[in-house]
Amino acid sequence: MDLPLAWAIVILFGIMMYVVMDGFDLGIGILFPFFSARDDRDVMMNTVAPIWDGNETWLVLGGAGLIAAFPLAYSVILSAFYLPLILMLIGLVFRGVAFEFRFKAEPGRRRLWDKSFAAGSFVAAFFQGVTLGGFVQGVPVRDNAYAGGALDWFTPFAIFSGFGVCVAYALLGSTWLVMKTEGPLQVQMRAIARRLVWALLAFIVGISVWTPLVEASIARRWFSFPNLLWLSPVPLLVAATTHLLLRELGRNAHASPFVLTLAMVFLGYLGLGISIWPNVVPYQVSIWDAAGPAPSMGFALVGTLFIVPIVLFYTGWSYWVFRGKVRSGGGYH
Amino acid sequence: MPDFDALLLARIQFAFTIAFHIVFPALTIGLASYLAVLEGAWLATRNDVYRDLYHFWLKVFAVAFGMGVVSGIVMAYQFGTNWSEFSRVGGGIVGPLLAYEVLTAFFLEAGFLGVMLFGWNRVGPGLHFLSTLMVALGTVVSAFWILASNSWMHTPQGHEVVNGVVVPVDWLQVIFNPSFPYRFAHMVTAAYLATALVVGAAAAGHLLRGDDTAPVRKMFSMAMWMIFFTAPIQALIGDFHGINTLQHQPAKLAAMEGHWENRPREGVPLILVGWPDMAREQTRFALEIPRLGSLILTHSWDGQFPGLKDFPPEDRPNSTIVFWTFRLMVGLGLLMIALGIWGAILRRGERLYRSRALLRFASWMGSAGLIAILAGWFTTEIGRQPWLVHGLMRTAEGVSAHSAAQVGLTLVLFVVVYFVVFGAGTVYALRLMRRAPALHEGEVPVLGGPGQPRQAMRPLSAASEEPDAPPPHHNRMEAR
Ligand code: HDD
Ligand code: HEM
Ligand code: HEM
Repeated sequence: MDLPLAWAIVILFGIMMYVVMDGFDLGIGILFPFFSARDDRDVMMNTVAPIWDGNETWLVLGGAGLIAAFPLAYSVILSAFYLPLILMLIGLVFRGVAFEFRFKAEPGRRRLWDKSFAAGSFVAAFFQGVTLGGFVQGVPVRDNAYAGGALDWFTPFAIFSGFGVCVAYALLGSTWLVMKTEGPLQVQMRAIARRLVWALLAFIVGISVWTPLVEASIARRWFSFPNLLWLSPVPLLVAATTHLLLRELGRNAHASPFVLTLAMVFLGYLGLGISIWPNVVPYQVSIWDAAGPAPSMGFALVGTLFIVPIVLFYTGWSYWVFRGKVRSGGGYH
Repeated sequence: MPDFDALLLARIQFAFTIAFHIVFPALTIGLASYLAVLEGAWLATRNDVYRDLYHFWLKVFAVAFGMGVVSGIVMAYQFGTNWSEFSRVGGGIVGPLLAYEVLTAFFLEAGFLGVMLFGWNRVGPGLHFLSTLMVALGTVVSAFWILASNSWMHTPQGHEVVNGVVVPVDWLQVIFNPSFPYRFAHMVTAAYLATALVVGAAAAGHLLRGDDTAPVRKMFSMAMWMIFFTAPIQALIGDFHGINTLQHQPAKLAAMEGHWENRPREGVPLILVGWPDMAREQTRFALEIPRLGSLILTHSWDGQFPGLKDFPPEDRPNSTIVFWTFRLMVGLGLLMIALGIWGAILRRGERLYRSRALLRFASWMGSAGLIAILAGWFTTEIGRQPWLVHGLMRTAEGVSAHSAAQVGLTLVLFVVVYFVVFGAGTVYALRLMRRAPALHEGEVPVLGGPGQPRQAMRPLSAASEEPDAPPPHHNRMEAR
């Protein structure tokens, strides 16, 4: 069996789960500054309070899977993106504690933890995007170690993709809230979501034009024949999804905008994956070069394939327990 | 003065972030099991005192858990950011163990946490109890995997080195390496003990302020029983742990004892206090009991064990530090045993709840468990130096190639952020503990059908306990 291939699929799946799941709850934090009423903020936060921890665990799985299967990639990537990753972690600290602290603080301090939630979410999302952008630009490797400088990641392209990820998460968050709320809050969310769809489309177009300019090998991959044919459905599907999404938002639908946003994010992710495959450290180290010892990959893979379905099962159960619209606490305040 | 190079900064950063992290898991391991016991006792007896205590400690648990999660995510990335050479070489071992921790422990905790914290009125009592049990199980499983990984770094086996990277050969040997059973037992017991001390101190505080209610008495009594039984057990496990260390990491043990060299045919004394001096190669101002060292560690009058001088200077851990952190831990352990015995004696005639001297002692000992845990980890980890993986890789070989400026910058960031954020969290947790346990919390009329919320949604923080919150029964749900 091709262990590196199997692991690459597992990790891509894990990251995908992370992006869509933590994506919408980070997005809620990014939208926080646009809603100042205490009630609205309570509702927004309560839609994710019981599940955010599980969402974030996919990030930990991504890290653990990477060191288990591709230790070389883990060591190179985490060194290369040292500062953005640590800033991302610090952002996650600020937003994670806000879930508990916010309701715990004296009324005057609550605003402080609101800010910590909003800023933490933004910082985490932004630096995830920056890391992604830096990753697409490529990471130099020599003698099994990162061979670039401390600030190599700091480029216009990376900053651009940082903002792009924030917009994608905000759209996920707003459509999640269209699904989970009602009344005036939901109406406002719809309006915001419509604008975010256009913004995200702009970022997708921007990244698609910019990426082949940044990296020649991607250009070659995209624009050579038969590939062009295989890849052409991706932009078409993006256009179709955007169209449907805007229509559903205009039609007062509840759940479909969220589902369509998931599809849109998935397409973006697919486009990226196609460009980089089969490298784990673009553009020098393939998944086969970075593979760890076979007994390590095998041992961890057995557990993963066996346990992940169980995890998905009880995670689904927990979402189901908290299904339905979230209202502001009647008579609570 | 050590020079502040990147290696030293990376070590300080690791020690700082993990020392903060371990405090919260220790509490969540202990509190999760305590909550499971409380809920189980409530379901079995329907005595409302247990349910009230459940809701009281659930809020503290939620705050500690939140801080445990965010500080833990930082740890998972520290290996790669600061110890990338170690990750590359040792990733084949520590990676899969960490992956199993995520799969079997972190997901389990996270998946059931939501229902445990916010699901009281959304699922039936059986499912809610199941969720509490799963969270408690998750915390212990998490300790299992991370300690397997850490113990392997102390006493590695079951691997071979191929092309400069560590390759696992026998996973059972890797996981159940020689120091693992002792470390796992010692750490989980430490978590239970530390939690019992915190619970006992909170109850003692209430009793001292004259807040003498049934739930307060119940938690004090439970905590004192726990300390009475586990403190001596912990000392016993610790003793076995030390003997195991003597077998596998003799230099560490010599450093803990401040033991430099053997005198011909004479038992080793136990040094009670003294100042191990690394430069002079002797323990100054030593106050010692003859032969006791031999008796404890070799169980014979004149058994001998290696002294620090039996190891080349570059292989010696810093005895000055570990000598004292070890004594701090053991000293606190002895005080805990004393507290347990005293409490047991005062049970006759209910003096347990009235003796101000005992109550004061119990409230001072509130942080003793957590301090002992930190002291124990400093002993273990500094005693492992200069090795990162004992006998296999030195700490200096494992570090990432970052500049001192870069590592220093992130270190400063962590220090500032951790003190602000976790400082605030500690204040909130202490405040929750000072509040009197609310009576009849969680007693809600059954309104909705199965799966329907039986109560209006409240702001979803398990710690939400605002002064202006009306009692729960005002909080009915408008029928759907
Ligand atoms: C003896 C127990 C113990 C020890 C020594 C450690 N941890 Fe821990 N950790 C836990 C016990 C624990 C826990 C009790 O299971 C926590 C606390 C709160 C939680 O969610 O799980 C946790 C949380 C936690 C999380 C967050 C999981 C989530 O998202 O739910 C991560 C990523 C780590 N830890 C990683 C580490 C690493 C890399 C460590 C060492 C280098 C480490 N922990 C030491
Ligand atoms: C949780 C409680 C722990 C505490 C308080 C702790 C404390 C420390 C301290 C003080 C150091 C620095 C030693 C020195 O530089 O002299 C250190 C280093 C280290 N520890 Fe731990 N440790 C803990 C658990 C762990 C665990 C669970 C692991 C691994 C799974 C681990 C792995 C390491 C590594 C990789 C280093 C860096 C290399 C080094 O400086 O030795 N530690 N730890
Ligand atoms: C009272 C007698 C005690 C003895 C004889 C004892 C013994 C030991 C020894 C020998 C070690 C070092 C293991 C190594 O070489 O790596 C250790 C570590 C440790 N101790 Fe203790 N201990 C005692 C009490 C306590 C108490 C009361 C606590 C906390 C409540 C505690 C918590 C720890 C922790 C967290 C560690 C580090 C993890 C480990 O290596 O197990 N100990 N102890």
